[in-house]
Amino acid sequence: MLTRMNMIKVETKLFLRDSATVIFGVLFPTGLLLGLGAIPALREPSPETGGLRPIDIWAPTALVFGMVMIAVQHVPAVVATYRERGILRRLSTTPADPRKVLLAQMMVAFASVVVSAALMISLAWAVLEIAPPERHLKFVVAFLVGYAALLGLGMISAAVVRTSSAANQTGTVLFVALMFFGGAFLPRVLMPDTLREVGEFIPPGLQALTAAWSAEAGEITGTAGGQPFWLQIAIMTVIAAIASGIAAKLFRWE
Amino acid sequence: MAALEVRNLHKRYGHHVAVDNISFSVEEGEIFGIIGPNGAGKTTTVESIAGLRTPDSGSISVLGLDPVKDRAEVRERLGVQLQESSFPDAIKVAEALELYSSFYRDPADWRELMELLGLAEKHKTRYKALSGGQKQRLSIALALVGNPKVAILDELTTGLDPQARRDTWSLIERVRDTGVTILLVTHFMDEAERLSDRIAVIDGGRVAAVDTPEGLIAQVSPVQQVRFRVSQPLDRRVLTELPDVSNVEITEGRWLVTGRGQLLSSVAGALARAQVVAEDLRVDQRNLDDAFVAFTGRAPESPGPRQEEG
Repeated sequence: MLTRMNMIKVETKLFLRDSATVIFGVLFPTGLLLGLGAIPALREPSPETGGLRPIDIWAPTALVFGMVMIAVQHVPAVVATYRERGILRRLSTTPADPRKVLLAQMMVAFASVVVSAALMISLAWAVLEIAPPERHLKFVVAFLVGYAALLGLGMISAAVVRTSSAANQTGTVLFVALMFFGGAFLPRVLMPDTLREVGEFIPPGLQALTAAWSAEAGEITGTAGGQPFWLQIAIMTVIAAIASGIAAKLFRWE
Repeated sequence: MAALEVRNLHKRYGHHVAVDNISFSVEEGEIFGIIGPNGAGKTTTVESIAGLRTPDSGSISVLGLDPVKDRAEVRERLGVQLQESSFPDAIKVAEALELYSSFYRDPADWRELMELLGLAEKHKTRYKALSGGQKQRLSIALALVGNPKVAILDELTTGLDPQARRDTWSLIERVRDTGVTILLVTHFMDEAERLSDRIAVIDGGRVAAVDTPEGLIAQVSPVQQVRFRVSQPLDRRVLTELPDVSNVEITEGRWLVTGRGQLLSSVAGALARAQVVAEDLRVDQRNLDDAFVAFTGRAPESPGPRQEEG
């Protein structure tokens, strides 16, 4: 117990000292949303989107940004560094289990994603008057399974790369690919139907998050051929389970 | 009971035989050195003792425990300082020590250890900002924080400047004086000779020799030579009659005495009894480098860039 608390304490300090991750992973999503919210055109309600403003529909993308950043860039880079530098090897000569260190690290990273999301949602509400997620249970579930699926992908990357720089490169490629479907380059509402339908299979599942946040926005970003909400959740759960299984199978401690 | 016992250890990686029948035992309170060329099997042996590798065959006992079967218990009692292992860049000295001490059932006082290793002033310094010597001392401190009975120190002073090396050596002697048995792996002959009570020379996955440093040197070069000049006349029989002396050559007032055993003290004693003062007295001193060359057929590596070792 003492060991676990100490590990979490130390991992938290290490996380907070990694200023790039704190800025880009935790603070940037809020900054991005507020920045885009400062553009008047994005705050204009449009009759085509049922009176919603573009920023209302786009807000979940900022949330996805923080989740992806931490799950596929930060966590794998730290894990690869711990392996590359012999930190895991060193730990395995002590009575402590190196798995516990990885677990502590992932718990801290997840806490940072929650903080990042809470910060973004509350400032979006306070500053841009974007209503907070309305379907609480669905939102929490979509957030959890979405993050789990992302982390599974991140851990596959952490399992197979040899070095921390390779982890960073893989992380960047994954980040760009996932953020494409996350609507960072082309808002989901403007994507062709096929891309939107494929996007329902891409972690963390932007459509599910959008629909749980705001039913109206979900209707606008959804397609006629799309999967129902709970099926999207099931897909993410399956992806999370398969990806974690593969990662655990491939993981090398040295 | 020996603190550490390795018997008929074998380990291969694919077709490469890393360890081919290694046996040795380390007595309690001893500093036991392991020397050998790169790829000789030193690191594999040490990793097997630390429980990081499972031997193909043979047995290892650490304080009577098996590193694989009694993994948890061995990890409580064995401190390890590994080559090529480190700590997160951003962790501070005191945090690392406090964290590692929390892993153990009966840890040492980490603050005391921090003092002992001269790291107290650096307790708030991040790992990344420490000098090579300070990193090494932290690594030693972390190997000792669990209050181990046996400590493995692998390539202790690689990358340190001469002063830091000497400081580290005296630190290790102090640690030994507290009753910790030390297994020292090194490719520096001066380090092995200075610190070790006994040394195993490992080559090609086998033990080439085990002895005290003096014993190893004597094994490979039993023949010693003493040179000197005398200003007074001296009967050569004064020396040729000594049991340790095998030959005496005199050229233009220079004496060259060849023999074995305690040659220097025999010669010096005989000269003193004859009331003759030797000038420019020199002994052809053999050292561990010569022994290393004789046992392994290779020159010991000079301090320099670290190489990969299997």
